[in-house]
Amino acid sequence: MADPEKFRAETRAWLEANCPPEMRKPVVSDADVFWGGRNTTFSSEAQRVWFERMRDKGWTVPDWPKEYGGGGLDLEETKILRQEMSAISARLPLSSFGIWMLGPALLKYGTDAQKREHLPKIAAGLIRWCQGYSEPNAGSDLASLQTRADIDGDDYIINGQKIWTSMANFADWIFCLVRTDFSAKKHDGISFILFDMASKGVSTKPILLISGKSPFCETFFDNVRVPRSHVVGTVNRGWDVAKYLLQHERSMISEVGERRGARPLGQVAANSVGTDEQGRLDDPMLRGQIAAFDIDEAAMACAAERAVDLAKAGQGHPAYSSALKYYGTELNKRRHEILMSSGGIDALEWESPRSREGLAARTWLRTKANSIEGGTSEVMLGIVAKRILDLPGA
Amino acid sequence: MALVLNEEQTMLRDSARGLISDKAPVAHLRKLRDTKDADGFSRDLWKTFAEMGFAGLLVPEEFGGSGLGAVEAGVVMEEIGRTLMPSPFLSTGVVAATALSRGGSAAQKSEYLTRLAKGDLIASLAVDEGAKHRPNKTAMQAVRSGNGFRLNGAKALVVDGHVSDLLIVAARSAGKPGERDGLTLFLVNPGSKGIAIERTAMVDAHNAARIVFNDVEVTADSVLGEVDQGGALLDGVLNVGRAAVAAEMVGLSDEAFTRTVTYLKERKQFGKLIGEFQGLQHRAAHLYTEIEIAKAATLKALQVLDTDFDNAGAAVAVAKAKAGSVATLAVQEAVQMHGGVGMTDAFDIGFFMKRARVCQELFGDSAFHAEQLAELKGY
Ligand SMILES: Cc1cc2nc3c(=O)[nH]c(=O)nc-3n(C[C@H](O)[C@H](O)[C@H](O)COP(=O)(O)OP(=O)(O)OC[C@H]3O[C@@H](n4cnc5c(N)ncnc54)[C@H](O)[C@@H]3O)c2cc1C
Repeated sequence: MADPEKFRAETRAWLEANCPPEMRKPVVSDADVFWGGRNTTFSSEAQRVWFERMRDKGWTVPDWPKEYGGGGLDLEETKILRQEMSAISARLPLSSFGIWMLGPALLKYGTDAQKREHLPKIAAGLIRWCQGYSEPNAGSDLASLQTRADIDGDDYIINGQKIWTSMANFADWIFCLVRTDFSAKKHDGISFILFDMASKGVSTKPILLISGKSPFCETFFDNVRVPRSHVVGTVNRGWDVAKYLLQHERSMISEVGERRGARPLGQVAANSVGTDEQGRLDDPMLRGQIAAFDIDEAAMACAAERAVDLAKAGQGHPAYSSALKYYGTELNKRRHEILMSSGGIDALEWESPRSREGLAARTWLRTKANSIEGGTSEVMLGIVAKRILDLPGA
Repeated sequence: MALVLNEEQTMLRDSARGLISDKAPVAHLRKLRDTKDADGFSRDLWKTFAEMGFAGLLVPEEFGGSGLGAVEAGVVMEEIGRTLMPSPFLSTGVVAATALSRGGSAAQKSEYLTRLAKGDLIASLAVDEGAKHRPNKTAMQAVRSGNGFRLNGAKALVVDGHVSDLLIVAARSAGKPGERDGLTLFLVNPGSKGIAIERTAMVDAHNAARIVFNDVEVTADSVLGEVDQGGALLDGVLNVGRAAVAAEMVGLSDEAFTRTVTYLKERKQFGKLIGEFQGLQHRAAHLYTEIEIAKAATLKALQVLDTDFDNAGAAVAVAKAKAGSVATLAVQEAVQMHGGVGMTDAFDIGFFMKRARVCQELFGDSAFHAEQLAELKGY
């Protein structure tokens, strides 16, 4: 990059001028997140303005090439943009599985036609994607999936069931793992395929979570017809694409604890339990827990920063994201345990305007999934043990 | 700044590693311990260290040093941690060099820093008094007497105290123990009348001393920095020391871990390599992750010391606390996963456990630094 400090100054000035004040507050409820898609609506004018300005700069996906609707920034510039956005607690203009997961996989494995077709729509928030990986009998053991795709002329005919498909009922398209060869070893007969959720034969059924929300679905495929050209990467080599995408998913999930602009835990707790004469949190054990947590959280933020720098310096390891996914999600669960004990009785409320409809409790419950989704903590540890530490028995 | 070493720093690391692993493997420490070596470190090796520019790493170039920064000091400390090499690098090359370059008058700098960079002067910081590191609780008295001061009090865990040519002593010239203000730093000749130095043989076989000051007269020229205003200088010096010890702990954790993983791949029980057991795999993977995170936090603190020295407190607290708890975990897991052999003196791994315990206490343990962070964050 020509001049990082010049870029930083310009970025700062641009954000200052273009990020509406309402978009510089921590995300608290679902309505604060903009997911895009065919049926999308904005929850506020500020959300719309912010999204459109960022989209027009290519900054919904700052590091993607300009020709696909990205900002064409290099890693250093992307890091600066992120830092400057954090500094003013700017919200993400667009959240999307297309950005975090499918995009990187398409950039690496997609054909020219696939890139030109899908990437700009992801960048512009026009299509909302969901992830069809897990099946009732293929969770941690993902490669044992059984959804089948049989060739019929220029098409595949897809039959089977997916489960835990997050927000499938709101999604426009799905990136899906299917079995295209039943005679090969389990990792070798899988293909990665894209199709429209509006296709005939696709149906979804929401599943209620312990948080009382319903973010994911059972998804059924009944003779769904999909052109063969929708396979990404080589037929039967979909596992490579799937794994590459999972690295990105894991990096994304490892950042769940990143709180843009949210009040520090110590202050949240002080507000609720009060302070002593010296201004210290009036609960020494809780204060100690929070301080220990803050140490780990700050250290984790350094590790996440270093992961990017290691990758840039060519010293990264593909399984590194598993280590950070494991740590980040366990940490976020700890954060919410502390938030619940800080909130005490107040945090237990489930249905009341005062509690913003049980926001604390529902969020706490939702975080328990962090160490399950995208691969469980146990699976992450297994990956680190085998891929990074090279321990025997893979 | 990227959180990875640049090319020069990588070269520095490689040359430090080469020298240290060659001349001072763990066997070197073992021998010094077993022979009850009077110095507790090798003067020849320290000379070599100085010739390679390590002693004067933090000394400005005008005084014969290399004028490098905290990151470079951390790089060397990490390598020291890998073999547990005893040397005055921490006391002299890091802590005293920082104190003198940041607080010294022109005369003090030219008198001491040049010798320090050559490896001709060993200097120690004497700050702790009670069982725990609590700089604000310094009780040692510095009472004005004539145009100088008279020192009374006692110091513990003075690293390299018994081999020092110069002591940097924190004493209270005003205020009461517990107050942050009123501290002054003094440069004291350890041979002065009224000083009694007892070398304390410690669990890790590294050098430390208890020092008693009984009516020790010092002149006004011996004040380092400003009278009564030594707190800020001391903080800054301690922060460099803390980050350096964090780096040593990262090195020793990484080494203890590497040895453990190697063992998991060699040792067989129940007809399998023990590394095949998931119970151990997951613990090893967890430990790997913790060490990576401690590494990142430590490098961050070292970088902040170089770019924003006066505001490095939080980053240093995070690094020292994190590296301390991770080192504790790393050595405990190392001994546990080595089984019975890990408990034997003949096997090296126990040395790592002992050194980790000392590093944890040195300049504040994890709880002390968590408390610091809570203070800084205002809760
Ligand atoms: C909120 C949420 C959102 C999700 N979103 C999606 C989505 O959008 N798309 C999608 O495809 N999937 C999604 N998932 C599914 C998720 O990827 C799976 O739940 C996950 O991979 C675990 O699989 P499982 O639920 O079948 O558990 P299982 O694999 O049955 O695991 C049960 C327990 O056994 C342990 N275990 C399993 N194998 C091993 C092993 N080898 N060693 C040690 N322990 C082991 C696990 O760690 C776990 O503790 C989501 C899940 C959640 C909770």
